[in-house]
Amino acid sequence: MVDFAGWSMPVMYGSILEEVKAVRGACGMFDISHMGRFHLESRGACALLQKLTSNNVEHLKPYQAHYSLLTNDRGGIEDDIIVYCIHPEHYLVVVNASNAQKDWVWIQQHVDLQSDLVDYTAGTAMIAVQGPLAVETVARIAGEEVRQIGRFHWGQGKLNDVDVLYCRTGYTGEDGFELIAPAESAVELWNMLLREGVVPCGLGARDTLRIEAGYPLYGHEIDSDTTPVEAGLMWAVDMEKSFFNGQEAIRNLQKQGAQRRLAGLVCNDRSLPRQGYTVMHDSNVIGQVTSGAFSPARGCSIAMAYLHRDKARSGVSVQIGVRDRILNATVVPKKELLIRQPA
Amino acid sequence: MSTTPDNLLYSKSHEWVKVEGEFATIGITHHAQAELGDITYLELPEVGRVLQEEEQFGEVESVKAVSELFCPVSGEVVEANTGILNSTEVINEDPYEQGWLIKVRVADKEELAALLNAGDYEKFAGQEGH
Repeated sequence: MVDFAGWSMPVMYGSILEEVKAVRGACGMFDISHMGRFHLESRGACALLQKLTSNNVEHLKPYQAHYSLLTNDRGGIEDDIIVYCIHPEHYLVVVNASNAQKDWVWIQQHVDLQSDLVDYTAGTAMIAVQGPLAVETVARIAGEEVRQIGRFHWGQGKLNDVDVLYCRTGYTGEDGFELIAPAESAVELWNMLLREGVVPCGLGARDTLRIEAGYPLYGHEIDSDTTPVEAGLMWAVDMEKSFFNGQEAIRNLQKQGAQRRLAGLVCNDRSLPRQGYTVMHDSNVIGQVTSGAFSPARGCSIAMAYLHRDKARSGVSVQIGVRDRILNATVVPKKELLIRQPA
Repeated sequence: MSTTPDNLLYSKSHEWVKVEGEFATIGITHHAQAELGDITYLELPEVGRVLQEEEQFGEVESVKAVSELFCPVSGEVVEANTGILNSTEVINEDPYEQGWLIKVRVADKEELAALLNAGDYEKFAGQEGH
Protein backbone atom coordinates (compact mmCIF):
# COMPACT_ATOMS: atom_id res chain seq x y z
CA MET A 1 0.00 0.00 0.00
CA VAL A 2 1.21 3.51 -0.74
CA ASP A 3 0.01 6.99 0.06
CA PHE A 4 -1.54 8.58 -3.03
CA ALA A 5 -2.83 12.13 -2.60
CA GLY A 6 -3.79 11.29 0.98
CA TRP A 7 -5.46 7.98 0.05
CA SER A 8 -4.00 4.63 1.04
CA MET A 9 -3.88 2.74 -2.26
CA PRO A 10 -2.63 -0.69 -3.33
CA VAL A 11 0.16 -0.72 -5.97
CA MET A 12 -0.88 -4.28 -6.72
CA TYR A 13 -2.96 -7.10 -5.32
CA GLY A 14 -0.71 -9.86 -6.68
CA SER A 15 1.40 -9.39 -9.79
CA ILE A 16 1.21 -6.13 -11.75
CA LEU A 17 1.78 -7.92 -15.05
CA GLU A 18 -0.92 -10.52 -14.34
CA GLU A 19 -3.32 -7.68 -13.53
CA VAL A 20 -2.45 -5.95 -16.82
CA LYS A 21 -3.08 -9.21 -18.70
CA ALA A 22 -6.45 -9.65 -16.98
CA VAL A 23 -7.60 -6.21 -18.18
CA ARG A 24 -6.32 -6.75 -21.73
CA GLY A 25 -7.66 -10.28 -21.98
CA ALA A 26 -10.72 -10.50 -19.75
CA CYS A 27 -11.80 -8.12 -17.01
CA GLY A 28 -10.17 -6.29 -14.12
CA MET A 29 -11.37 -3.76 -11.57
CA PHE A 30 -9.82 -0.78 -9.84
CA ASP A 31 -10.97 1.05 -6.75
CA ILE A 32 -10.81 4.63 -8.02
CA SER A 33 -12.79 6.16 -5.16
CA HIS A 34 -9.87 8.54 -4.67
CA MET A 35 -10.83 10.49 -7.80
CA GLY A 36 -12.68 13.73 -7.03
CA ARG A 37 -16.41 13.77 -7.85
CA PHE A 38 -18.06 17.18 -7.89
CA HIS A 39 -21.64 17.99 -8.79
CA LEU A 40 -22.17 21.42 -10.29
CA GLU A 41 -25.81 22.40 -10.38
CA SER A 42 -27.02 25.90 -11.24
CA ARG A 43 -28.66 27.94 -13.97
CA GLY A 44 -25.22 29.02 -15.12
CA ALA A 45 -23.53 25.59 -14.84
CA CYS A 46 -23.07 25.12 -18.58
CA ALA A 47 -21.72 28.65 -19.14
CA LEU A 48 -19.33 28.28 -16.22
CA LEU A 49 -17.88 24.99 -17.48
CA GLN A 50 -17.72 26.44 -20.96
CA LYS A 51 -15.39 29.12 -19.57
CA LEU A 52 -13.25 26.88 -17.34
CA THR A 53 -12.82 23.84 -19.60
CA SER A 54 -11.46 23.27 -23.10
CA ASN A 55 -14.09 21.00 -24.64
CA ASN A 56 -17.51 22.23 -25.76
CA VAL A 57 -19.99 21.65 -22.95
CA GLU A 58 -22.88 22.99 -25.06
CA HIS A 59 -22.52 19.93 -27.27
CA LEU A 60 -23.15 17.60 -24.33
CA LYS A 61 -26.67 16.22 -24.11
CA PRO A 62 -28.03 14.53 -20.97
CA TYR A 63 -26.47 11.07 -20.47
CA GLN A 64 -23.40 12.08 -22.49
CA ALA A 65 -19.86 12.67 -21.21
CA HIS A 66 -16.60 13.98 -22.59
CA TYR A 67 -12.91 14.21 -21.77
CA SER A 68 -11.81 17.78 -21.17
CA LEU A 69 -9.11 19.99 -19.67
CA LEU A 70 -9.20 22.61 -16.94
CA THR A 71 -6.97 25.26 -18.45
CA ASN A 72 -5.30 28.36 -17.04
CA ASP A 73 -4.79 31.77 -18.72
CA ARG A 74 -1.46 30.63 -20.17
CA GLY A 75 -3.10 27.65 -21.85
CA GLY A 76 -1.50 25.33 -19.29
CA ILE A 77 -3.38 22.27 -18.11
CA GLU A 78 -4.49 22.48 -14.47
CA ASP A 79 -6.12 19.05 -14.70
CA ASP A 80 -7.66 16.59 -17.10
CA ILE A 81 -11.24 15.68 -16.28
CA ILE A 82 -14.39 13.92 -17.44
CA VAL A 83 -17.59 15.99 -17.56
CA TYR A 84 -20.88 14.06 -17.40
CA CYS A 85 -24.06 15.92 -18.34
CA ILE A 86 -26.91 15.08 -15.98
CA HIS A 87 -28.96 17.85 -17.60
CA PRO A 88 -27.94 21.25 -18.99
CA GLU A 89 -28.02 22.81 -15.53
CA HIS A 90 -26.39 19.90 -13.72
CA TYR A 91 -23.01 18.26 -14.38
CA LEU A 92 -20.82 15.69 -12.68
CA VAL A 93 -17.13 16.53 -12.94
CA VAL A 94 -14.59 13.77 -12.17
CA VAL A 95 -11.07 15.04 -11.46
CA ASN A 96 -7.68 13.62 -10.45
CA ALA A 97 -7.21 12.89 -6.75
CA SER A 98 -3.92 14.79 -6.70
CA ASN A 99 -5.69 17.92 -7.98
CA ALA A 100 -9.07 17.56 -6.30
CA GLN A 101 -8.50 20.24 -3.69
CA LYS A 102 -6.99 22.69 -6.17
CA ASP A 103 -9.79 22.06 -8.69
CA TRP A 104 -12.42 22.48 -5.97
CA VAL A 105 -11.06 25.89 -4.98
CA TRP A 106 -10.69 26.90 -8.64
CA ILE A 107 -14.28 26.05 -9.60
CA GLN A 108 -15.65 27.40 -6.31
CA GLN A 109 -14.11 30.82 -7.09
CA HIS A 110 -16.26 31.05 -10.20
CA VAL A 111 -19.67 29.85 -9.00
CA ASP A 112 -22.48 32.28 -8.19
CA LEU A 113 -23.45 30.51 -4.99
CA GLN A 114 -21.08 28.32 -3.00
CA SER A 115 -23.88 25.75 -2.70
CA ASP A 116 -23.87 25.25 -6.49
CA LEU A 117 -20.83 22.99 -6.18
CA VAL A 118 -21.12 19.86 -4.01
CA ASP A 119 -18.31 17.40 -3.28
CA TYR A 120 -19.56 13.81 -3.48
CA THR A 121 -16.09 12.24 -3.22
CA ALA A 122 -16.33 11.02 0.37
CA GLY A 123 -19.97 9.98 0.15
CA THR A 124 -19.55 7.77 -2.90
CA ALA A 125 -17.23 5.04 -4.12
CA MET A 126 -16.03 4.59 -7.70
CA ILE A 127 -15.01 1.26 -9.18
CA ALA A 128 -13.66 0.95 -12.72
CA VAL A 129 -14.48 -2.38 -14.40
CA GLN A 130 -12.37 -2.65 -17.53
CA GLY A 131 -11.56 -5.17 -20.21
CA PRO A 132 -13.07 -7.01 -23.18
CA LEU A 133 -15.43 -8.90 -20.83
CA ALA A 134 -16.28 -5.87 -18.66
CA VAL A 135 -19.59 -4.94 -20.28
CA GLU A 136 -21.01 -8.47 -20.20
CA THR A 137 -19.80 -8.93 -16.63
CA VAL A 138 -21.49 -5.75 -15.44
CA ALA A 139 -24.60 -6.73 -17.42
CA ARG A 140 -24.76 -10.04 -15.52
CA ILE A 141 -25.05 -8.31 -12.16
CA ALA A 142 -26.78 -5.09 -13.19
CA GLY A 143 -29.10 -6.27 -15.95
CA GLU A 144 -28.93 -6.33 -19.73
CA GLU A 145 -30.06 -2.67 -20.00
CA VAL A 146 -26.55 -1.44 -19.22
CA ARG A 147 -25.46 -2.71 -22.64
CA GLN A 148 -27.57 0.10 -24.13
CA ILE A 149 -25.27 2.71 -22.60
CA GLY A 150 -22.87 3.81 -25.35
CA ARG A 151 -19.21 4.82 -25.05
CA PHE A 152 -18.86 8.17 -23.25
CA HIS A 153 -22.43 7.90 -22.04
CA TRP A 154 -23.77 7.10 -18.60
CA GLY A 155 -26.93 5.66 -17.15
CA GLN A 156 -28.36 5.00 -13.74
CA GLY A 157 -30.07 2.05 -12.18
CA LYS A 158 -30.71 0.11 -9.00
CA LEU A 159 -28.40 -2.66 -7.99
CA ASN A 160 -29.69 -4.51 -4.90
CA ASP A 161 -31.79 -1.42 -4.05
CA VAL A 162 -28.75 0.82 -4.28
CA ASP A 163 -28.51 3.68 -6.79
CA VAL A 164 -25.57 3.19 -9.13
CA LEU A 165 -24.28 5.39 -11.95
CA TYR A 166 -22.93 3.35 -14.85
CA CYS A 167 -20.39 5.48 -16.72
CA ARG A 168 -19.08 3.92 -19.93
CA THR A 169 -15.68 5.54 -19.52
CA GLY A 170 -12.22 4.44 -18.44
CA TYR A 171 -8.48 4.97 -18.44
CA THR A 172 -7.08 1.67 -19.68
CA GLY A 173 -7.67 1.64 -23.44
CA GLU A 174 -10.30 -1.06 -22.93
CA ASP A 175 -14.07 -0.93 -22.94
CA GLY A 176 -15.87 -0.98 -19.61
CA PHE A 177 -17.70 0.96 -16.96
CA GLU A 178 -16.82 3.22 -14.10
CA LEU A 179 -19.43 2.59 -11.41
CA ILE A 180 -20.33 5.22 -8.85
CA ALA A 181 -22.28 4.03 -5.81
CA PRO A 182 -22.89 5.18 -2.23
CA ALA A 183 -19.75 4.59 -0.17
CA GLU A 184 -21.52 2.24 2.27
CA SER A 185 -22.36 -0.17 -0.58
CA ALA A 186 -18.82 -0.23 -2.03
CA VAL A 187 -17.68 -3.45 -0.34
CA GLU A 188 -20.81 -5.30 -1.45
CA LEU A 189 -20.38 -4.09 -5.04
CA TRP A 190 -16.69 -5.05 -5.05
CA ASN A 191 -17.51 -8.53 -3.72
CA MET A 192 -20.24 -9.04 -6.32
CA LEU A 193 -17.69 -8.27 -9.04
CA LEU A 194 -15.14 -10.56 -7.36
CA ARG A 195 -17.65 -13.42 -7.44
CA GLU A 196 -18.04 -12.82 -11.19
CA GLY A 197 -14.32 -13.45 -11.59
CA VAL A 198 -13.23 -9.84 -12.05
CA VAL A 199 -9.53 -9.48 -11.14
CA PRO A 200 -8.68 -6.74 -8.60
CA CYS A 201 -5.97 -4.44 -9.97
CA GLY A 202 -3.82 -1.79 -8.31
CA LEU A 203 -2.16 1.48 -9.24
CA GLY A 204 0.80 -0.30 -10.87
CA ALA A 205 -1.37 -2.04 -13.46
CA ARG A 206 -3.40 1.12 -13.97
CA ASP A 207 -0.23 3.04 -14.79
CA THR A 208 1.06 0.42 -17.25
CA LEU A 209 -2.36 0.23 -18.96
CA ARG A 210 -2.68 3.98 -19.39
CA ILE A 211 0.89 4.29 -20.71
CA GLU A 212 0.22 1.52 -23.24
CA ALA A 213 -2.95 3.39 -24.24
CA GLY A 214 -0.96 6.64 -24.63
CA TYR A 215 -3.06 8.46 -22.01
CA PRO A 216 -1.49 11.35 -20.09
CA LEU A 217 -1.17 11.48 -16.31
CA TYR A 218 -1.08 14.79 -14.46
CA GLY A 219 2.45 15.39 -13.11
CA HIS A 220 3.98 13.31 -15.91
CA GLU A 221 2.73 14.27 -19.38
CA ILE A 222 0.68 17.28 -18.33
CA ASP A 223 0.88 20.04 -15.74
CA SER A 224 0.05 23.72 -15.37
CA ASP A 225 2.99 24.70 -17.64
CA THR A 226 2.14 22.24 -20.40
CA THR A 227 -0.35 23.08 -23.13
CA PRO A 228 -2.69 20.77 -25.04
CA VAL A 229 -0.78 21.68 -28.23
CA GLU A 230 2.41 20.11 -26.85
CA ALA A 231 0.58 17.20 -25.20
CA GLY A 232 -1.30 16.22 -28.35
CA LEU A 233 -4.63 16.86 -26.66
CA MET A 234 -6.14 19.37 -29.11
CA TRP A 235 -8.88 16.81 -29.84
CA ALA A 236 -10.22 17.72 -26.38
CA VAL A 237 -10.09 21.47 -27.13
CA ASP A 238 -12.76 23.35 -29.08
CA MET A 239 -11.08 26.44 -30.57
CA GLU A 240 -14.41 27.46 -32.16
CA LYS A 241 -15.95 28.19 -28.76
CA SER A 242 -16.46 31.89 -28.06
CA PHE A 243 -14.16 31.79 -25.00
CA PHE A 244 -12.39 29.58 -22.50
CA ASN A 245 -9.44 30.19 -20.17
CA GLY A 246 -6.21 30.12 -22.13
CA GLN A 247 -7.83 30.05 -25.55
CA GLU A 248 -5.81 33.04 -26.75
CA ALA A 249 -2.51 31.57 -25.53
CA ILE A 250 -3.29 28.25 -27.19
CA ARG A 251 -4.18 30.02 -30.45
CA ASN A 252 -0.84 31.86 -30.42
CA LEU A 253 1.07 28.68 -29.70
CA GLN A 254 -0.73 26.92 -32.55
CA LYS A 255 0.37 29.71 -34.89
CA GLN A 256 4.01 29.60 -33.79
CA GLY A 257 4.10 25.83 -33.44
CA ALA A 258 5.14 24.20 -30.19
CA GLN A 259 8.86 23.53 -29.74
CA ARG A 260 8.22 20.14 -28.14
CA ARG A 261 5.73 17.38 -28.72
CA LEU A 262 4.67 14.39 -26.70
CA ALA A 263 5.64 11.19 -28.49
CA GLY A 264 5.58 7.48 -27.86
CA LEU A 265 8.79 5.44 -27.67
CA VAL A 266 9.17 1.70 -28.20
CA CYS A 267 12.44 0.42 -26.72
CA ASN A 268 14.49 -2.43 -28.08
CA ASP A 269 14.82 -4.17 -24.73
CA ARG A 270 13.17 -4.58 -21.35
CA SER A 271 15.01 -1.96 -19.29
CA LEU A 272 12.62 0.67 -17.96
CA PRO A 273 12.88 4.34 -18.96
CA ARG A 274 11.65 6.43 -16.04
CA GLN A 275 10.42 10.00 -15.69
CA GLY A 276 13.20 12.54 -16.19
CA TYR A 277 15.56 10.31 -18.18
CA THR A 278 17.28 12.12 -21.05
CA VAL A 279 16.46 11.32 -24.67
CA MET A 280 19.20 11.84 -27.28
CA HIS A 281 19.58 11.78 -31.04
CA ASP A 282 23.05 11.87 -32.66
CA SER A 283 24.50 12.74 -29.23
CA ASN A 284 22.25 15.79 -28.89
CA VAL A 285 19.74 16.02 -26.08
CA ILE A 286 16.29 16.22 -27.71
CA GLY A 287 13.96 15.59 -24.82
CA GLN A 288 12.93 13.90 -21.60
CA VAL A 289 10.97 10.82 -20.65
CA THR A 290 7.66 11.52 -18.88
CA SER A 291 6.54 7.93 -18.14
CA GLY A 292 7.78 4.44 -18.88
CA ALA A 293 6.47 0.92 -18.48
CA PHE A 294 7.19 -2.65 -19.41
CA SER A 295 4.55 -3.62 -21.96
CA PRO A 296 3.60 -7.29 -21.63
CA ALA A 297 1.94 -7.19 -25.07
CA ARG A 298 5.16 -6.04 -26.74
CA GLY A 299 7.62 -7.87 -24.50
CA CYS A 300 9.72 -4.71 -24.22
CA SER A 301 9.64 -1.33 -22.53
CA ILE A 302 7.67 1.61 -23.83
CA ALA A 303 7.64 5.25 -22.84
CA MET A 304 6.21 8.65 -23.49
CA ALA A 305 8.57 11.59 -23.84
CA TYR A 306 8.59 15.24 -24.79
CA LEU A 307 10.84 15.55 -27.84
CA HIS A 308 11.98 18.47 -29.95
CA ARG A 309 9.33 18.89 -32.63
CA ASP A 310 11.70 17.93 -35.47
CA LYS A 311 12.40 14.58 -33.83
CA ALA A 312 8.90 13.76 -32.59
CA ARG A 313 8.25 11.88 -35.81
CA SER A 314 7.35 8.29 -36.31
CA GLY A 315 10.34 6.08 -37.11
CA VAL A 316 13.07 8.36 -35.66
CA SER A 317 15.71 6.39 -33.72
CA VAL A 318 16.60 7.80 -30.31
CA GLN A 319 18.75 6.83 -27.35
CA ILE A 320 17.63 6.99 -23.74
CA GLY A 321 20.22 7.34 -20.99
CA VAL A 322 19.39 4.68 -18.39
CA ARG A 323 21.89 4.96 -15.54
CA ASP A 324 25.23 3.90 -17.11
CA ARG A 325 23.69 2.44 -20.28
CA ILE A 326 22.11 3.57 -23.50
CA LEU A 327 18.69 2.21 -24.33
CA ASN A 328 17.76 2.38 -28.02
CA ALA A 329 14.20 3.26 -28.93
CA THR A 330 12.05 4.26 -31.88
CA VAL A 331 9.49 7.06 -31.97
CA VAL A 332 5.89 5.99 -32.60
CA PRO A 333 2.62 7.90 -32.33
CA LYS A 334 1.23 7.60 -28.77
CA LYS A 335 -1.82 5.80 -30.12
CA GLU A 336 0.39 3.04 -31.52
CA LEU A 337 2.10 2.15 -28.25
CA LEU A 338 -0.57 -0.44 -27.57
CA ILE A 339 -0.54 -3.53 -29.74
CA ARG A 340 -3.09 -6.29 -29.49
CA GLN A 341 -1.82 -9.82 -29.24
CA PRO A 342 -3.47 -12.08 -31.80
CA ALA A 343 -6.58 -13.62 -30.25
CA MET B 1 9.31 -25.32 -2.19
CA SER B 2 10.85 -23.74 0.83
CA THR B 3 11.22 -19.98 0.57
CA THR B 4 14.70 -20.34 2.14
CA PRO B 5 16.18 -23.73 1.24
CA ASP B 6 18.51 -25.22 3.87
CA ASN B 7 21.16 -26.37 1.38
CA LEU B 8 22.05 -22.85 0.26
CA LEU B 9 24.12 -19.98 1.66
CA TYR B 10 22.87 -16.40 1.66
CA SER B 11 24.29 -12.88 1.45
CA LYS B 12 22.98 -9.78 3.20
CA SER B 13 22.36 -8.29 -0.24
CA HIS B 14 19.81 -11.09 -0.81
CA GLU B 15 21.71 -13.40 -3.14
CA TRP B 16 21.80 -17.14 -2.62
CA VAL B 17 24.85 -19.36 -3.29
CA LYS B 18 24.79 -23.06 -4.06
CA VAL B 19 28.23 -24.63 -3.74
CA GLU B 20 29.01 -27.75 -5.80
CA GLY B 21 32.68 -28.69 -5.78
CA GLU B 22 34.72 -25.76 -7.07
CA PHE B 23 31.65 -24.04 -8.56
CA ALA B 24 29.00 -21.81 -7.04
CA THR B 25 25.63 -21.02 -8.61
CA ILE B 26 24.20 -17.64 -7.63
CA GLY B 27 20.72 -16.17 -7.76
CA ILE B 28 18.44 -13.84 -5.80
CA THR B 29 16.33 -15.04 -2.90
CA HIS B 30 12.61 -15.56 -2.71
CA HIS B 31 12.50 -12.63 -0.29
CA ALA B 32 14.31 -10.39 -2.82
CA GLN B 33 12.02 -11.28 -5.74
CA ALA B 34 8.95 -10.75 -3.56
CA GLU B 35 10.18 -7.30 -2.51
CA LEU B 36 10.89 -6.33 -6.12
CA GLY B 37 7.64 -7.63 -7.61
CA ASP B 38 7.40 -8.52 -11.30
CA ILE B 39 10.95 -8.56 -12.67
CA THR B 40 11.05 -7.23 -16.23
CA TYR B 41 14.75 -6.69 -16.93
CA LEU B 42 17.95 -8.56 -16.13
CA GLU B 43 21.55 -7.65 -16.91
CA LEU B 44 24.17 -10.41 -16.63
CA PRO B 45 27.98 -10.40 -16.94
CA GLU B 46 29.96 -11.96 -19.78
CA VAL B 47 31.31 -15.45 -19.30
CA GLY B 48 35.01 -15.20 -18.41
CA ARG B 49 34.69 -12.03 -16.36
CA VAL B 50 36.51 -12.30 -13.04
CA LEU B 51 34.46 -10.95 -10.14
CA GLN B 52 35.71 -9.88 -6.75
CA GLU B 53 33.77 -10.63 -3.59
CA GLU B 54 30.82 -8.19 -3.33
CA GLU B 55 31.48 -6.75 -6.78
CA GLN B 56 28.44 -5.72 -8.78
CA PHE B 57 27.84 -8.24 -11.56
CA GLY B 58 24.54 -7.03 -13.01
CA GLU B 59 21.13 -5.69 -12.14
CA VAL B 60 17.51 -6.68 -11.98
CA GLU B 61 14.68 -4.27 -12.55
CA SER B 62 11.02 -4.53 -11.71
CA VAL B 63 8.12 -2.21 -12.28
CA LYS B 64 8.77 -0.89 -8.78
CA ALA B 65 12.56 -0.67 -8.49
CA VAL B 66 16.05 -1.34 -9.76
CA SER B 67 18.33 -3.57 -7.72
CA GLU B 68 22.04 -4.12 -8.21
CA LEU B 69 23.35 -7.67 -8.06
CA PHE B 70 26.46 -8.36 -6.00
CA CYS B 71 28.61 -11.45 -6.25
CA PRO B 72 28.94 -13.01 -2.78
CA VAL B 73 32.17 -14.83 -3.66
CA SER B 74 35.22 -14.07 -5.83
CA GLY B 75 35.59 -16.08 -8.99
CA GLU B 76 35.43 -16.33 -12.74
CA VAL B 77 32.02 -16.42 -14.40
CA VAL B 78 31.74 -19.77 -16.20
CA GLU B 79 28.08 -19.58 -17.13
CA ALA B 80 25.32 -16.93 -17.20
CA ASN B 81 21.63 -17.79 -17.45
CA THR B 82 21.05 -15.78 -20.63
CA GLY B 83 18.13 -18.03 -21.57
CA ILE B 84 15.87 -16.11 -19.16
CA LEU B 85 16.75 -12.57 -20.32
CA ASN B 86 13.46 -12.38 -22.21
CA SER B 87 11.44 -14.33 -19.68
CA THR B 88 12.56 -12.68 -16.46
CA GLU B 89 9.31 -13.68 -14.73
CA VAL B 90 11.09 -17.01 -14.17
CA ILE B 91 13.09 -15.29 -11.40
CA ASN B 92 9.82 -14.52 -9.60
CA GLU B 93 8.35 -17.93 -10.20
CA ASP B 94 11.36 -20.13 -9.47
CA PRO B 95 14.22 -18.10 -7.95
CA TYR B 96 16.24 -21.11 -6.74
CA GLU B 97 16.11 -23.38 -9.78
CA GLN B 98 15.22 -22.06 -13.24
CA GLY B 99 15.78 -18.47 -12.11
CA TRP B 100 19.50 -18.88 -11.27
CA LEU B 101 21.70 -16.06 -12.60
CA ILE B 102 25.40 -16.98 -12.83
CA LYS B 103 27.80 -19.80 -12.08
CA VAL B 104 31.34 -18.94 -10.97
CA ARG B 105 34.51 -20.95 -10.34
CA VAL B 106 35.13 -20.10 -6.69
CA ALA B 107 38.55 -18.47 -6.18
CA ASP B 108 38.65 -18.58 -2.41
CA LYS B 109 36.40 -20.98 -0.53
CA GLU B 110 37.20 -19.23 2.76
CA GLU B 111 34.93 -16.37 1.68
CA LEU B 112 31.96 -18.72 2.01
CA ALA B 113 32.33 -18.64 5.79
CA ALA B 114 31.10 -15.04 5.80
CA LEU B 115 27.73 -16.01 4.28
CA LEU B 116 24.57 -16.76 6.27
CA ASN B 117 22.83 -20.09 6.64
CA ALA B 118 19.11 -20.38 5.92
CA GLY B 119 17.98 -19.77 9.50
CA ASP B 120 20.17 -16.69 9.96
CA TYR B 121 19.15 -15.28 6.57
CA GLU B 122 15.47 -15.65 7.41
CA LYS B 123 16.01 -13.73 10.63
CA PHE B 124 18.01 -11.07 8.81
CA ALA B 125 15.46 -10.66 5.98
CA GLY B 126 12.58 -10.62 8.44
CA GLN B 127 14.14 -7.80 10.48
CA GLU B 128 15.12 -5.81 7.44
CA GLY B 129 11.69 -6.06 5.85
CA HIS B 130 9.81 -4.59 8.81
